[in-house]
Amino acid sequence: MVLVYAESPRGQIRKAAFEAVSFGRKLAEQLQMPCAAIVLGSVQGDAGELGRYGASRVFQVVHEGLHSLDSQVFTAVLAEAAQRLEASVLVLSHTSTGKTLAGRLAVRLKAGLVSGINGIASVGNDGSLQVLKPVFSGKATAEYSISSPVKVISLMGNAVRPEASGQPVPVEKLEIAVPAARVRVREVRTIEGRVPLPEAEIVVSAGRGMKDPSNWGIIEELANALGATTACSRPVADSHWRPHHEHVGQTGISIRPNLYIAVGISGAIQHLAGVNNSKVIVVINKDPEAPFFKAADYGVVGDLFEVVPRLTEAVRRFKAAQ
Amino acid sequence: MKFLVCISQTPDTTARVAFTPDGKAYDSTGVTFIMNPYDEWYALVRACELREALGGTVVAFHVGPAANETTIRKALAIGADEAVRVDAEPTSAAFTARQIAEYARSENFDLIFLGKETIDYNGAEVGAMVAEHLDLPYIALASKLDVEGSTAIVERDIEGGVEVVEVPLPLVVSAAKGMAEQRIPNMRGIMLARTKPLKVIPPVPVEEFVSVVKFTLPPPKAGVKLIDPENMDELVRLLHEEAKVI
Ligand SMILES: Cc1cc2nc3c(=O)[nH]c(=O)nc-3n(C[C@H](O)[C@H](O)[C@H](O)COP(=O)(O)OP(=O)(O)OC[C@H]3O[C@@H](n4cnc5c(N)ncnc54)[C@H](O)[C@@H]3O)c2cc1C
Repeated sequence: MVLVYAESPRGQIRKAAFEAVSFGRKLAEQLQMPCAAIVLGSVQGDAGELGRYGASRVFQVVHEGLHSLDSQVFTAVLAEAAQRLEASVLVLSHTSTGKTLAGRLAVRLKAGLVSGINGIASVGNDGSLQVLKPVFSGKATAEYSISSPVKVISLMGNAVRPEASGQPVPVEKLEIAVPAARVRVREVRTIEGRVPLPEAEIVVSAGRGMKDPSNWGIIEELANALGATTACSRPVADSHWRPHHEHVGQTGISIRPNLYIAVGISGAIQHLAGVNNSKVIVVINKDPEAPFFKAADYGVVGDLFEVVPRLTEAVRRFKAAQ
Repeated sequence: MKFLVCISQTPDTTARVAFTPDGKAYDSTGVTFIMNPYDEWYALVRACELREALGGTVVAFHVGPAANETTIRKALAIGADEAVRVDAEPTSAAFTARQIAEYARSENFDLIFLGKETIDYNGAEVGAMVAEHLDLPYIALASKLDVEGSTAIVERDIEGGVEVVEVPLPLVVSAAKGMAEQRIPNMRGIMLARTKPLKVIPPVPVEEFVSVVKFTLPPPKAGVKLIDPENMDELVRLLHEEAKVI
């Protein structure tokens, strides 16, 4: 079977898990196998809802040792589940959780691993699986073939749309011994109010063209009007104008939203590397020669201090008319 | 304390991305290679800072051919005390991780650092593999790390925030932005690096389960559509009706 680990950080099944299950179902169809999901720890709401996204069975291991992520504990439990259920492909999400676990699971299960994939190229007659993965920070795509009997893959965020076409299924409890944790969580600090950048469908990003951190109000307003998450270029984060977690690019985070609006960012190659897989790119820059225009779908040559408020107004008018 | 820092080499961030005619390998003709920024700016510098505060040794570890020794010397110039090179091409994450684990197994490191991923193959796989081979705890995407006695206090980046955790040493960590500030090697460092020990060891064989079928480049963009800066309603209309993203 294809077994999807539907991650639930802090008890919440999030978008990444729904995407992974939707993807797992499609893969399972290609492989002519069932698709099951597994949830670790207790979750808010009904884990059986994963059935809607294509899991024909949903397993859950409930234990207080699974409330927070300890890679050794989670690996032991997931590997045991995968072996017991005879999973031939284990699907994870390429998130902070998936990145913590994928390599461990591959070693434990003697499996070939390709992380951060965004699609399947083909299914070999010899039991191999060919997957597609963006490499060189999105500047190219690699096709890899995995030949081991058991395979581990992790799915990049926003690579597939979660599709809720099925029915909820009953949750089956799995009894698996949970080893003692060595990692203890002291504190969790989350940024309230906005969708986390890797999950965001619309991103409004600003660069050094903003001149001063006190000018960010117009970016926040545009982001609010669009329901977007904010991001920034590296020099902006380096000079502490904006928090580090907003830094996108080759040495920040790599994102692929549906819409990326770049304001006062020149479009250096290292910046583009982290955003050029966005579906649609809008660039607002006063310099018509800014390299970003070459990577853009829509461009506005103008002073951002005039264009951005105007765009915010236009978005508000559009939303009001909807 | 003993620190191991795993160093990889990647094409320079401005290097053109091209592949051999059969599409099976990266074409490195004329490409300058650099130390992977996450390894250099964050992992290595934080290890050196901790060594300065707590005492001990920093060993830089690299899997790669002799031609990569400039990268290793740079790590020594930044502050590593000694280096080890496994004389082999780092063909995969699984291969590299095994080399690191085989070496580290007998050396009793307190902290094994890696960068959160390499900027070429973007795997983020090696650290977790090393930790599993050595049966050690692993924290990925660490943006802050302090040592208190035999415990590490680590902040790890999570979606939309950070989680602060306590983990007993020894530990494997992958370093993300925030952990340290980039250091530029100075003249003294560069001179010293020439005399620091660099040991070369043979690889252990690893069974490979993953192979490259081919690399492809994305099709070029159709070209930008310029919108009148006075007419933002038009941009909104296009985003809605044409691009269908709002
Ligand atoms: C190894 C390495 C890794 C790097 N990694 C990253 C990375 O991950 N992410 C990243 O972003 N960068 C990265 N960089 C830095 C990158 O090379 C650029 O320096 C950086 O992206 C530039 O940021 P910027 O576009 O905000 O600033 P600038 O290049 O200064 O551009 C500012 C832009 O704003 C425009 N502007 C100014 N005023 C206005 C106005 N009133 N109205 C409209 N437009 C205006 C200007 O025309 C200009 O195009 C990296 C560099 C290196 C060497």
